[in-house]
Amino acid sequence: MKLLKLTAVLLTLTWLSGCSTLGGTKDSDASAGSDVVVEDRNADTNGIDGDNASGSNIDDGAETQVIVGDDQYLGGDVLDDPNSPLSNRVVYFEYDSSSVREEDLTTLEAHAAYLGENLNVTIRLVGHTDERGSREYNLALGERRALAIRQILMLQGASIKQFQVTSFGEERADVEGHDESAWNQNRRVELNYVGR
Amino acid sequence: MTKRWLASLWLLAIILPWQAQALIIEITGGTEAALPIAIVPFGGEGFSAPEDISAVIQNDLSRSGRFAPLPAADLISQPHEKSEINFKDWRLLRSEGLLVGKVSSLDGETYQVQFQLFDVYKGQQLVGKRYQVPASGLRRLAHQISDQVYQALTGEIGVFSTRLAFVSVINNADGSKRYTLQVSDSDGANPRTVLQSKQPILSPNWASDGERLAYVSFENGKAEVFVQEMRSGRRNSVAAFKGLNSAPAWSPDGKRLALTLSKAGNPEIYILELASGKLSRVTHNSQAIDTEAVWMPNSRELLFTSDRGGRPQIYKVSVDGGRAKRVTFEGRYNASPDISVDGRTLAMVHGLNGKFYIAVQDLETGAVQVLTESGRDESPSFAPNGRVILYATEKKGHGELAAVSVDGRIHQRLGESGRDVREPAWSPIRK
Repeated sequence: MKLLKLTAVLLTLTWLSGCSTLGGTKDSDASAGSDVVVEDRNADTNGIDGDNASGSNIDDGAETQVIVGDDQYLGGDVLDDPNSPLSNRVVYFEYDSSSVREEDLTTLEAHAAYLGENLNVTIRLVGHTDERGSREYNLALGERRALAIRQILMLQGASIKQFQVTSFGEERADVEGHDESAWNQNRRVELNYVGR
Repeated sequence: MTKRWLASLWLLAIILPWQAQALIIEITGGTEAALPIAIVPFGGEGFSAPEDISAVIQNDLSRSGRFAPLPAADLISQPHEKSEINFKDWRLLRSEGLLVGKVSSLDGETYQVQFQLFDVYKGQQLVGKRYQVPASGLRRLAHQISDQVYQALTGEIGVFSTRLAFVSVINNADGSKRYTLQVSDSDGANPRTVLQSKQPILSPNWASDGERLAYVSFENGKAEVFVQEMRSGRRNSVAAFKGLNSAPAWSPDGKRLALTLSKAGNPEIYILELASGKLSRVTHNSQAIDTEAVWMPNSRELLFTSDRGGRPQIYKVSVDGGRAKRVTFEGRYNASPDISVDGRTLAMVHGLNGKFYIAVQDLETGAVQVLTESGRDESPSFAPNGRVILYATEKKGHGELAAVSVDGRIHQRLGESGRDVREPAWSPIRK
């Protein structure tokens, strides 16, 4: 059993390191204007997001879990479990709305629980809008969306000190395009764990 | 106020003159009612001066939509001063105005330029002047002559010697973007880059002296407000609080900036006094987005966008705070206010069935007129004489600038190939 646990830990670590090369989000570092590198963040999202099973690391991660078996998740951080709702790092919104959709509540509950249990962890919420309407209003709307997420996470156990809130308004489209499908993807809040 | 944020940063503002590509201006309609004017090529042009002054003037006047310069073939003679004009002949052309002039090189570096505008029917000079300028000043002088001709014949202030600021975005092959803040002449000529960044630049706004621009830059990972002097390129961070720092708008006296700050947890309008750093809060509505303030010409009130009623609408509030009064009622989405110099006409982005147009509202009668058609129009900015509204639109996936007269008759496109151009701001009239 001990050996099995060790294997699990090692595999988890292997998966973790793979993940960090994949992610590599450089978070706001007020020094040199390098700051939020969206390209990196997208890679992060694609690799970990369960809906977007493109990266081979997802399979590696899944295998890791199979080896762990029915036992509780051991060793590695649950944040890196691709089957956990925590792997969802993007929440989407309706047009001109900052109301959280019901289908995202499970995801947010999981993040709130995680933050509540790991008070040393910081999360950066980055709000975005689609391109329609006023850029300045959208900047504010993106912030309101991020704050709406923060509110839910705080109601469920996270502490205000764990948050960084930013908005890019319509300036950082995830999907370039001028139609409904692009707009749907662009109205979002990204949940980026700082330093991961 | 901490010293830190007041500290002048002296960050590099990269100035690359001539590097940017000129905007192409095209009038897309509505010049039927234009006033005919005869513009005779200036004497000495073509061989003694590097700029074709009369051509610049002709372009300016025809671009305004108010004038229809006569075709060159219709000009019955080529006078350059009063003694050479036979008014009786010119009266046959049914053009009230006749502009003549001449250019001569004084020493190879300096040019003497003179112009005279005549009322053909009265045989009288309306305005005439003589200047000495360096070669580099000829184009600017041409715009100033256009202003004087425009004013003499319409009674309104000309805006040809003003400038435009706008944001241009270059999409690099690797998917990254390069944002530049540019300043051009009012005809799109002489664009120069005054700032470039890998991060978004937004909301340029001119101080009334025409020498300083405030804008939003994301260079530090979030929206912060900077002020940059045009001549020196020197810039200061003026608002870098926690949360949003955005939507800068200069007071008419150029001493204060209205800003949107969310440092108290929600976007609210504040006024920053630049010399002292004193900050006063104008709006107090913790549930709503309050942003995009613009000063009424009386300096006592601000217009701003708020969704306190559920949807974005434009409100008016005293600079001292207090109760805001709703201004727009037509349609579910009205935002990005700008106000004409006389304080009578509000320009805005008007949402209609999920599309966005530039509209004007008469602040006395409340009457709204939609001026544009694309449905993807934003960021209206009044010309300093209040006659034309510059705005951003989108064509074939590219951002471009366009202008429309306040009566909606005259439409112009200011195209710039291969780039996304947006966030236009028309400068005030240079004193």
